[in-house]
Amino acid sequence: MKNPGDLDLSRRGLLAVGAASVAASALPLEACAQAAATDGSVTSKVSFTVNGEARELELDTRTTLLDALREHLHLTGTKKGCDHGQCGACTVIAGGRRINSCLTLAVMHQGDQVTTIEGLGRPEALHPMQAAFVKHDGYQCGYCTPGQICSAVAVLDEIKAGLPSHVSADLNAPPELTNAELRERMSGNICRCGAYSNIAEAITEVAGGTA
Amino acid sequence: MRAFTYERARSPAEAAAAAARTKGAKFIAGGTNLLDLMKLEIETPTHLIDVNGLALDKIEDTPQGGLRIGALVRNTDLAADKRVRRDHALLSRALLAGASGQLRNKATTAGNLLQRTRCPYFYDTNQPCNKRQPGSGCSAIGGFSRQLAVLGASGACIATHPSDMAVAMHVLDATVETVRPDGKARRIPIADFHRLPGDTPHIENALTPGELITAVTLPKPVGGVHIYRKVRDRASYAFALVSVAAIVQRDGTGRVALGGVAHKPWRVEAAEAEMPHGAKAVAARLLAGAKPTEANAFKLPLAERTLAAVLAQAKA
Repeated sequence: MKNPGDLDLSRRGLLAVGAASVAASALPLEACAQAAATDGSVTSKVSFTVNGEARELELDTRTTLLDALREHLHLTGTKKGCDHGQCGACTVIAGGRRINSCLTLAVMHQGDQVTTIEGLGRPEALHPMQAAFVKHDGYQCGYCTPGQICSAVAVLDEIKAGLPSHVSADLNAPPELTNAELRERMSGNICRCGAYSNIAEAITEVAGGTA
Repeated sequence: MRAFTYERARSPAEAAAAAARTKGAKFIAGGTNLLDLMKLEIETPTHLIDVNGLALDKIEDTPQGGLRIGALVRNTDLAADKRVRRDHALLSRALLAGASGQLRNKATTAGNLLQRTRCPYFYDTNQPCNKRQPGSGCSAIGGFSRQLAVLGASGACIATHPSDMAVAMHVLDATVETVRPDGKARRIPIADFHRLPGDTPHIENALTPGELITAVTLPKPVGGVHIYRKVRDRASYAFALVSVAAIVQRDGTGRVALGGVAHKPWRVEAAEAEMPHGAKAVAARLLAGAKPTEANAFKLPLAERTLAAVLAQAKA
């Protein structure tokens, strides 16, 4: 379907836009210092805190938070599964909330606090959720596990904060820590090996429940 | 993904003006739908205006007794708001039935209204699609149409609107507030916001170029039993085959709309008048004029049965 000429045309259009934004003092928008390269790519600076450490990067504006973490900061614990927000392997905690790092641009996280699996615990000092996943065998191949664990840590915070879910019978009562609640809340994390039962047991143990 | 320049907007009016001024510009908020489509080069903006810094993330009481929901209120926060849970439970239920926890943490109120169809042919850039490439044809007609529209479709497009939240917003008589590039504000009743495909399926709503949604308002609570029932291929994290959003009063009157069946949430006044007479009567009016394909004809009995289940639940 693509006309081979389309790309060149859009690059020319893009360079014109890039030039307009370089003259940003005339624009009533916050000018993000940007450079347009001859191949049409645009880079921008962004700084945020990852696992407690301040980081500053100059990135192609197209770089997702996931690629910034993996390819630029070499924090390869966070995994790229589908790259479209469907599998949850890329789940990290940004600003205290779990998100799909593949569906957000790094430049949109200026000043943000990001926690990845590497920031939750270390091999010699595991986070309780990491230890519980090991104890309950909450994985087989392990590829989805960093995302599962980041998601699970956030899920327990969400329940503690009283956030309702699709399976909460009463929207106005504090959510209960049941197996059904955990499964519903973890549905954005797919495990192709099917370790769900053990994952639910691991989360239940950390929550101190018996679901 | 195609390259783009990027800016952070400082005010809604300035963002709208910049969007109108810059060819190929798009707003980005949660980004969960836009970036998905940009990776596939279905969306190819040359300039992104990040609106996340605009202070549009509050839910405020209105003097009329309703709520004014900022465009940037995340789906998680809207579903969890105490006033929404208590007075507009339909909205909480619809939001919680959609997407995953991670996506709801990012997705915004305005972005949810604007999300694009999940028609497989819209997503497959090797196939003609009038929505993606106007005039190229519709591959879904005569194709894999199990998920697609049975009502209000056209010879140009049989896509469905994927949002759960929007179905609740229609039943709650929400109003979309916007600002235009000239700085003027506008209020669009939700019933006039989403469009049917007609001959121009690429035009999905009433927004004009550069126009930015600033808020969605709800009128004062209407009481009643609020039920959102979503039927899908798996128990969580899937789009609706059919969904029913209903508010049922003690005398059996109420409001109802369907999701997953048309290019927009499907609400019919004449059908609501039949609510005291049961699901069959309501379905007859609601589904009047339906033109299903062989693959999605099941949606008609499914809608009636789901409606019956909802009305029974409301009575119980």
